[in-house]
Amino acid sequence: MFEVRIHGRGGQGVVTAAEMLSVAAFLEGKHAQAFPSFGSERTGAPVVAFCRISDREIRLREPIQNPDALIVQDPTLFKALDVTEGLKPDGYLIVNTARSLSEMHLDEVVKRLPAGRALTVPATELAMKFINRPAPNTALLGAFAAEVGVVSLNSVLEAIRRAFPGNVGEANVEAAKAAHTLIAANAAA
Amino acid sequence: MLHQIEGSKAMARSIALCRPQVVCAYPITPQTHIVEGVGELVRTGELNDCEFINVESEFAALSVAIGASAAGARAYTATASQGLLFMAEAVYNAAGLGLPIVMTLGNRAIGAPINIWNDHSDAMALRESGWIQLFAESNQEAADLHIVAFRLAEELSVPTMVCVDGFILTHAVERIDVPDQAAVDAFLPPYEPMQSLDPADPISIGAMVGPDAFTEVRYLQYFKQHTALTLIEKFATEFEQRFGRQAGGLLRTYEVEGAETLIVAMGSINGTIKDVIDEMRADGVAIGLVTLIAFRPFPADALRQALARARDVVVIDRAVDVGMGGPLASNIAIALRELPDPPAMHSAIVGLGGRPTSKASLHRLFRQAAIQPWEGPHFLDLNEKVVARELHRRGKTRRVGPAAEGILKELEKERVEKLAERTS
Amino acid sequence: MNEVQKLKFYQKGTLTVGNRLIDERERNVQASLDRSNSLTSGHRACQGCGEALGARYAIDAAMRATNRNLIAVNATGCLEVFTTPYPETSWQIPWMHSLFGNAAAVATGVAAAMRVLGRAETRVVAQGGDGGTTDIGFGCLSGMFERNDDVLYICYDNEGYMNTGVQRSSATPPAARTATTPAMGKEAGNVFGTGKFTPKIAVAHEIPYAATASVADLHDLEAKVTKAMGLRGARYIQINVPCPLGWGAASQDTIKLARLAIETGLYPIFEAENGYVTRVRKIRRPTPVAEYLKLQRRFAHLFRDGVEDPRVAKLQAIADRHIKDYGLLEEAA
Repeated sequence: MFEVRIHGRGGQGVVTAAEMLSVAAFLEGKHAQAFPSFGSERTGAPVVAFCRISDREIRLREPIQNPDALIVQDPTLFKALDVTEGLKPDGYLIVNTARSLSEMHLDEVVKRLPAGRALTVPATELAMKFINRPAPNTALLGAFAAEVGVVSLNSVLEAIRRAFPGNVGEANVEAAKAAHTLIAANAAA
Repeated sequence: MLHQIEGSKAMARSIALCRPQVVCAYPITPQTHIVEGVGELVRTGELNDCEFINVESEFAALSVAIGASAAGARAYTATASQGLLFMAEAVYNAAGLGLPIVMTLGNRAIGAPINIWNDHSDAMALRESGWIQLFAESNQEAADLHIVAFRLAEELSVPTMVCVDGFILTHAVERIDVPDQAAVDAFLPPYEPMQSLDPADPISIGAMVGPDAFTEVRYLQYFKQHTALTLIEKFATEFEQRFGRQAGGLLRTYEVEGAETLIVAMGSINGTIKDVIDEMRADGVAIGLVTLIAFRPFPADALRQALARARDVVVIDRAVDVGMGGPLASNIAIALRELPDPPAMHSAIVGLGGRPTSKASLHRLFRQAAIQPWEGPHFLDLNEKVVARELHRRGKTRRVGPAAEGILKELEKERVEKLAERTS
Repeated sequence: MNEVQKLKFYQKGTLTVGNRLIDERERNVQASLDRSNSLTSGHRACQGCGEALGARYAIDAAMRATNRNLIAVNATGCLEVFTTPYPETSWQIPWMHSLFGNAAAVATGVAAAMRVLGRAETRVVAQGGDGGTTDIGFGCLSGMFERNDDVLYICYDNEGYMNTGVQRSSATPPAARTATTPAMGKEAGNVFGTGKFTPKIAVAHEIPYAATASVADLHDLEAKVTKAMGLRGARYIQINVPCPLGWGAASQDTIKLARLAIETGLYPIFEAENGYVTRVRKIRRPTPVAEYLKLQRRFAHLFRDGVEDPRVAKLQAIADRHIKDYGLLEEAA
């Protein structure tokens, strides 16, 4: 079972990101379970969403405490709470920022992870470029597909199209593709 | 057809497949997505011949359903928590009148203190209202149980509540098989009321009944619920034959072969418990699970049979009767007492007000039951330090202020202390 | 429709039943041998019960207007209790009682069922007393209005909770003695609050039809019910029905009291359509409220030892204001 935790703020599409990830896994014939951290929804408040992916039926209902991958949609959250709490020693960390991990003061965290498992994506910038809205979730999923590979880029793109039909979906697809290309190129370099 | 879909949306689709004719909606978290989903299907025309009525309260929601059902229409509504209590009078009324309304209960705690998260306090509060109460283990079962519920309710003319864990199921997006219309139609015949308001054949419904007949009317209700025990099993078998998967029934067992410890639980927590049992079995612990689906009628015989050979029985309650303990445990105790050599029963109060139940906590609880049993109800993961501090504070002065705010303050103190420890 | 029980006239040759000796056009529904007799004899209402009278005329008129295609929903209360001492029932129509406060919502459900079952020609009436309407059933009533559900709600207003032993409701007049507003202390009887005249609130919902009526004018009552049944959507009629027991009045004074309530101006009789008052029942010469009050023991403390309590004047002021606000006074020719 592969467990993903997504951190962000209300209005950034955190819950939708977890759902799209689960749909991508579903499209590949896998079992997936996406669920939000439940609370009164307010724009700007810290939000967490979870996604489990497995080849077998998922029965477990506890919140994900030890994620295999962590997606951070809003870098300001590092100051507000212990975002990386419980991240597995061999886990992945994907942070939405145009800055470097060092500039984010994340060296301590990076050190704990295997080389190359922590990375940054300028997802908000990509979102502004392609969608003209600061919605970084789809770009981050593109990066996730490139870096983690539990689901393919194609499945992610199809999941995005199902969540956002029409032009909005296509714009998001472009953002995800761009992020994917960026990360894949980094990995190759 | 398989969908990766939110539990609430899957339930909405499966409810729509039951062709409800009157649906009453009033928002309350966490059931709201279900009626929204049904409403959408009415607007898109996927659900035809359905009156979708937005009402002004839960009391009105069930009252409209009562009128619709008495007039011969298949009626549905959904609620949760405070909403169920707000309509409580109508809940009893629907049962007393014998109207086969189906209602989803998105299980949620009851205030005060106000809390929007999941536990079973609401269902437990109205367990004596005369409704059949079925608890869903998964979202697949939550969707399927509605189809069974309409069949069961209408066969007996008894209202039926499908209890679904709020948020944990209602808000989870999962792989769910939504059946096709033809299959549902084959399983669920059109509603043929036992009583109906009809100018062609005028009857009076809802007369006052005095001491001379009230007992007999109630006995009839009791008898119907007893009959339901057989029907629930029958319809579960039929459902499995038609749809190729299990839904409903009185109870289900998991890894009970040779089990010395048996867990009894209702609702979505059963999934997590199964994972724990797999791990404990791998460690050589003889442990199994009895998942209770039908809480009302209470299948005492079936439970007795399922639990008879265990040494220890751990009952998981997702609610607490504060003057008594776990309501499910109280019921199980009654079922077990007729056994010549009954297992030792251990009551645990788990996951109140949405507190997540982790595998780790359940591991500890199940091991402790066998090695170091406790007296009375055990509150799993209780923050004893905070409680002790608050009790101490309350012992000192009279004007201590509200309890909830006191606990919250103590909790904040603890958080600050921990933070200071970590940074020092 | 199957045949309802044929009416038996016990008082042939009198004016008592349905004015059969007057001109045919002037006669009311009750005068006809073909009247539906929806609320038949043998019920357990008190002597002189205004509610029994009002309900019989109202429901019979509704039956005639709908060609006997009618379902009634009843709130808990006197009417419910005295008509259905099961296995006897006085109702010759499909009738349902659910709870005290939900008659309007249950009726909404019945109407919705009729629509969805393709039987929209079957019409629905909800009925209850003032407690079940203006107090505990008020939420459901307002909801039914606001959605414009196809229900005629009839409130039999006897100004208190009579079924439970004469307690105060929001329709109880100021100064009136009830079991919960005893005639004791400095301000004996019910408080002078702001009042709650539900017909006005019904009008504020801008429903297709809202009216007041009285058992003192049964022609008017029948005409209003008939008119209401000719319309679709939410409709409301509040009927002033004196309660001899609760008001402490002689049972033969029911009609007299109802008439005085109108003629003092205390109970304005009007009808409104879509939010506007369209017609009022005029008063030729207003009667002083004291004449009305003195006939009822619930106001006896206002006239103790031959001294008129100053609050009689306050009640007179209420009547005067009604006369002015509703334009009740007939213009001199």
